[in-house]
Amino acid sequence: MRRIVAGLVSGLWVLGCAHAAAPDPYPSTYRAPASAPTLIRNATVLDGAGRRFDGADVLMRDGRIVAVGAGLSPDGATIVDGSGRWVTPGIIDVHSHLGVYPVPELDAHQDGNEATDPVTAGVWAEHGVWPQDPGFETALEGGVTTMQILPGSANLIGGRGVTVRNVRATTYQEMKFPGAPHGLKMACGENPKRVYGGQDRAPSTRMGNVAGYRQAFADAQDYREQWREYEQELAAWERKGTGRRPSDDPAPVPPKRDLRLETLVAAMAGDIQVHIHCYRADEMALMLDLAREFGFRVAAFHHGVEAYKLAGRLAKEGVCGALWADWWGFKIEAYDAIWENLAFVDAPEGGCAIVHSDSAAGIQRLNQEAAKAMERGRRAGLAIPPERAIRWITSHAARSLGIADRVGTLEPGRVADVVLWSGDPFSVYAQADLVFVDGALAYDRARPRGAPESDFLLGQPIGGAR
Amino acid sequence: MHFAGALLLLVPLVLGVSPAATAQDVLIRGAKVHTAGERGTLDDADVSIRGGRIVEVGQALAAPPGATVVEAAGRPLTPGFFGGITAIGVEEISLEPSTVDNSPTHGDGKGAFEPRPEFDVTRAFNPDSVVIGVNRLEGVTHAMVAPSASEGGTVLAGQGAVARLDGRWDAFAPASRTLFVDLGARASQASAHTRAAQFMLLEQAVGEARPGPRPLDSDFRLLTPQGRAVLARYLSGGRIAFRVDRAADIRQVLDFASATGAKPVIVGGAQAWQVAGLLAKARVPVVLDPLSNLPMSFDQLGATLENAARLHEAGVPIVFTNLITPTHNAYQVRQAAGVAVAHGLPWDAALAALTRVPAQTFGLGAELGEIAPGRAADLVLWSGDPFEVTTVAEQVWIDGRAQSMRSRQTELRDRYRPASP
Repeated sequence: MRRIVAGLVSGLWVLGCAHAAAPDPYPSTYRAPASAPTLIRNATVLDGAGRRFDGADVLMRDGRIVAVGAGLSPDGATIVDGSGRWVTPGIIDVHSHLGVYPVPELDAHQDGNEATDPVTAGVWAEHGVWPQDPGFETALEGGVTTMQILPGSANLIGGRGVTVRNVRATTYQEMKFPGAPHGLKMACGENPKRVYGGQDRAPSTRMGNVAGYRQAFADAQDYREQWREYEQELAAWERKGTGRRPSDDPAPVPPKRDLRLETLVAAMAGDIQVHIHCYRADEMALMLDLAREFGFRVAAFHHGVEAYKLAGRLAKEGVCGALWADWWGFKIEAYDAIWENLAFVDAPEGGCAIVHSDSAAGIQRLNQEAAKAMERGRRAGLAIPPERAIRWITSHAARSLGIADRVGTLEPGRVADVVLWSGDPFSVYAQADLVFVDGALAYDRARPRGAPESDFLLGQPIGGAR
Repeated sequence: MHFAGALLLLVPLVLGVSPAATAQDVLIRGAKVHTAGERGTLDDADVSIRGGRIVEVGQALAAPPGATVVEAAGRPLTPGFFGGITAIGVEEISLEPSTVDNSPTHGDGKGAFEPRPEFDVTRAFNPDSVVIGVNRLEGVTHAMVAPSASEGGTVLAGQGAVARLDGRWDAFAPASRTLFVDLGARASQASAHTRAAQFMLLEQAVGEARPGPRPLDSDFRLLTPQGRAVLARYLSGGRIAFRVDRAADIRQVLDFASATGAKPVIVGGAQAWQVAGLLAKARVPVVLDPLSNLPMSFDQLGATLENAARLHEAGVPIVFTNLITPTHNAYQVRQAAGVAVAHGLPWDAALAALTRVPAQTFGLGAELGEIAPGRAADLVLWSGDPFEVTTVAEQVWIDGRAQSMRSRQTELRDRYRPASP
């Protein structure tokens, strides 16, 4: 469809038709760590795909899941006794600000909101990620092996999110999930209008919010058109011959690259997963109309305190709800929270409920948050066994990030991100005993704690804390 | 439209906890009674309640005439839980200033130190707040309603007290009154951007509150006459809660307290474990969030999930609070208690940190916090282990009166409940 003219049209890769071939200018340098084959024996296994296996084994080799089942042959693998313990896929958080809002919360480390313009689609969260955030290690201790790091919600369109592997690294590129699509962070409601209304500029109302999204996407449509025209002109020019050209027939000049609009064009092309911070049911419905108007798909509504009011439509349109179990009341758009939100969003055929954290504290206990919602759903009459609820922090999360073919379940061939829990992960007393990333042991609770992973904490007076 | 409907639905809830109702006589039979007191846990025990007070705890008790009998069928019964240091009843929606009364900004609002210890947040308490019902439904029967220094506010935040959460208008126990002082990095803006000034200014205020000649006409006067009177009360054996995290600042607080005669309580205390011996020796309680394990500031380097266990081990009285979402989700202290147990705190100590120790810490030890004769019958019957995330409170009593087990959230749930498949 499009001929690649190296060095001339470096902006073209965002146009959707050739994204697969497009090089990421900030490529992942993640390398799966070396791993010995491991066999976890005789555990209760929740595979993330909706199945439960009692007294089952899990075999990992070369960083992949080989099999889940009874009586697997170790074939030279290191054997881990899983008796009385539970196995789940590595936990995935679709909404984290680790690295962009790291701890300590220092003035110079507030890198998550480019709150200087309501549409900053050109910024990338990954360019603000500080890999030394101590929160990565505590998240790992909670079983989190993959997360999406997003810009904040100050802006209507805040920029691109990045999906990372939760491994110790000096650069974020070493964490970047190879081949995972970018996310696009958008925000409904109070936050953008508060930030900009407070500066006497648009948006200061929900009307202004929607006008802001629409203008941005309309501009992106126009931009997409400019590139299309340019491509056509270029193609025509190239067809005229390969020989020496007269000086009055120069090559067509490409449009000036616009990083904001490139991102939005890529979102419309489906190359970027759209994640929208949106609390109220009526605003989620508005955003679904916006998505239809401009031809993009919403991967998930985040926070969605009122998602339960729109559960049927979300399921029908294949939109996930990335939710908390019970946070509420900090603003009026978070007033109508119910404990059953996740369970109600999960209930319809095709429902996609996700537990997210948005918090360096909450990310450590996504299993407990899922447990709370699971129990309330049961008490409201829904059948939610653990093998169903575990999907809220594994495969559903992977689906919304566009990486469900690689992580999120323990199906054979999947990346061996595995957590061995001390007991039922839906208990407050359960702890991650072992966490495997790509089949390699990344955390072992029984091992005496050594130096902290974060360079920042190294040499600080925290000794006895570990 | 929907909102008006929700308001109408609230009416019966409010009537259900009418303060005019009399306390009840109840016999709770066959519970696993966690007394949080000397008797520990009693299996298959009965609790007899008359006139809203616990009169007897034991086996095979006879029902008082006319008493409601509740068959516990072996389920756990605990004292009602303390919800921590909150703004329950004085903060409806955090980001709506018209509904928030706990955070005074005196002076120019730009960081001038204008201490008003006479500020009493309990005067703003709304017993009809839906935040109360949501927390009570999770087993929280009382909580400290506290002021906090807002940005640009004052280090001397004002006074709070423990509220009973059954919708009564006169919710506060006078014995629980506490003065709150915010120190450390989080309050530096309100004190010349240095924590050294916090102690300088506090000592100056103390000097004014003490009897003796004072320069009434001085430009450097800090307190109003009422403020001096209030501060003087707290300095003569009153309770002052210091929000402070850093070990060095905790030492300063202990010195300040012993020099001035105030009875200190540490709130926050991320590094408290580093000075556990000192705190234990001085019998200074620490109100902490067991989930605080991140260095949110340099004051909190070394924050650990083992803070509770280490302090308890050293003999420091500990009380739980939720520091992240202290008001709307105050009830999460019971989940946090479970996490503390998973990180080394004995189960009974975790229960005490939600019941007996907060009652003792805030002057209500004879009234609340244990299941024992003479105590108010503030009780919770649980579906299972009260710290477990899959456990719910099945019935809550305050002063022996069964509380409505509905809230605005359950009304919304029932309106939108999906049809059974």
